[in-house]
Amino acid sequence: MAALLEVENLRVDIPLGAGDLHAVRGISFHVDRGETLCIVGESGCGKSLTSLSLMGLLPPKAVRQADKLFFDGIDLTQASQGKMSDIRGNRMAMIFQEPMTSLNPAYTIGNQLEEALLRHQKVSGKEARERAIHLLEKVGITGAASRLGQYPHQLSGGLRQRVMIAMALMCGPELILADEPTTALDVTIQAQILHLMIELQKEFGMGMILITHDLGIVARVADRVAVMYAGQIVESGTVNEVFDNPMHPYTQGLLRCIPVPGKTRRGEPLGSIPGIVPSLIGKIEGCAFANRCRYTFQDCLTTDVPLAETSPGRGYRCLLSDQQCLENAKEVA
Amino acid sequence: MLIYTLKRLVVALLVALTISLISFGLLFLSGDPATTIAGESADEAAIMAIRAQYGFDRPLYEQYFAWVLRAMQGDFGTSFYFNMPVTELIFERLPVTLGLGLAAITFAIILSIPLGVLAARYPNSLIDRLALTISVMGQAMPSFWFALLLIMVFSFMYPLLPPSGSETWVHFIMPTIVLGYYATPAIMRLTRTGMMEVLGADYIRTARAKGLRPRVVLFKHALRNAIIPVVSLAAVQLGFMLGGSIVVETIFALHGTGYLAWESIRRYDLPTVQAILLIFSLIYIVLTFLADLLNAWLDPRIRVA
Repeated sequence: MAALLEVENLRVDIPLGAGDLHAVRGISFHVDRGETLCIVGESGCGKSLTSLSLMGLLPPKAVRQADKLFFDGIDLTQASQGKMSDIRGNRMAMIFQEPMTSLNPAYTIGNQLEEALLRHQKVSGKEARERAIHLLEKVGITGAASRLGQYPHQLSGGLRQRVMIAMALMCGPELILADEPTTALDVTIQAQILHLMIELQKEFGMGMILITHDLGIVARVADRVAVMYAGQIVESGTVNEVFDNPMHPYTQGLLRCIPVPGKTRRGEPLGSIPGIVPSLIGKIEGCAFANRCRYTFQDCLTTDVPLAETSPGRGYRCLLSDQQCLENAKEVA
Repeated sequence: MLIYTLKRLVVALLVALTISLISFGLLFLSGDPATTIAGESADEAAIMAIRAQYGFDRPLYEQYFAWVLRAMQGDFGTSFYFNMPVTELIFERLPVTLGLGLAAITFAIILSIPLGVLAARYPNSLIDRLALTISVMGQAMPSFWFALLLIMVFSFMYPLLPPSGSETWVHFIMPTIVLGYYATPAIMRLTRTGMMEVLGADYIRTARAKGLRPRVVLFKHALRNAIIPVVSLAAVQLGFMLGGSIVVETIFALHGTGYLAWESIRRYDLPTVQAILLIFSLIYIVLTFLADLLNAWLDPRIRVA
């Protein structure tokens, strides 16, 4: 069976006065039904733009190109605005990073939930209302019926994010794009929201792309992982493959940054990756990570590094030999 | 909502009280009213007689309360100049001014809000430039000049509209355009700025992510939030147009209260000036109050605690 979402060589460029900013530099991945793909990377690596570009919600200036962009057999690169808006919120839904500001302050929760369903499906107002109540209960909101009449400013951040999740589920989408859905919430709420999302995803058999910079989240919820750096995927694989044997020096660096209880000693400095991300304006010469990598040698600065697949879905972008990478990985684990 | 309404009501009453004090004080700030009434050649005895007749010899607070009490019953005294009750004088002319003001604000809103919305939706487009041109012209052109221009074109070059008078609604077309155009730039700019800001908001992205049609995103989700400050501005503009339509009323010979105010100031007809000041301040207060209520209806953050 074909993948639910298939992306090949996706690029997002933002024209600026100083030249084009290549925010996403040719990434490829796929998502199957019922599967969670986590896209990991630090701020500005292009992960949010990737999800927005899939939804067709890029800012007007940004330009999207792709060799292949198929959602359930539909070629999204050819889809018209109208066709895209039929898919958006209906078969493909998104949950955003900012629960505090993502709901319209002027309308009730109920109104905003129901309008998604009323837009896409031939249902009565009563049915829409029932669906909204059902989903609010599903996302763990008590007194769901009475919540429908409330306004966003009467709800806490955690509740608002639950409402956003319910909203994304209104039309029973096949694919959910979650862009750092828990970043703005405090830690206890984060865990609840994540649990909830995974449960619902399994229950409804949806494909999910979870974008995050939190490796702890990835370890708990991902089936497969794609690590992004400077607009490229530098390493991909199943969650076990990536966490057990992180091959790319960037992935290794990220994992080193996580303090491990019992292993990281009190007072010991936390891991960090020195240096800063390269400018994304214009072409990057050689490996994008070369200026921060501890293993950099001469070729890294001049040779473009391809994503070498060692097995289907497992690959990384590094000039070091597999043997060398494996040894470095041991050091992290 | 009820508590909010009551709060606004109390504020409105306090403002009204302050305004009444000020308009009463005006009578005495502008010199001795008895001397004014008596005329330059009157002797001391005549002035004293007038003081007694009008009660100017009594303590100020007594005079104030007497004036307010009578005003509340709709009695603003007798015009020094016309020798008729001020109330009658004003109510004879009020419909002209109110009609003109309402027509003008309607014209301004119909012109400026759609243009402001489109300008924000398509920034730097042709329609944005057109909106900018219209608003810059509106800001730069004095009303009297625009009025004369309209009269020249539509009454003399192409005699389509009457140049003066207030007999039929046709007489109001040109004054409405002149007065309404005056209010257009501010409302349009505020609508555009508000819409630009709101269109960049996260909840607009959410609305688009739901696949809502562009029209729904623009008008349901964006405009309702952007229009909130515009309501307050429009109320102030309407109040301003009611009180400040003197130029337009004079040029088009519309005998409204603006024109009356101007005449009365020239003639030191203080009871009339006082009454006009008070009535228009009250209208202003009512408009602001209504704008507050409208905003509360638009914005649940005000309405629902």
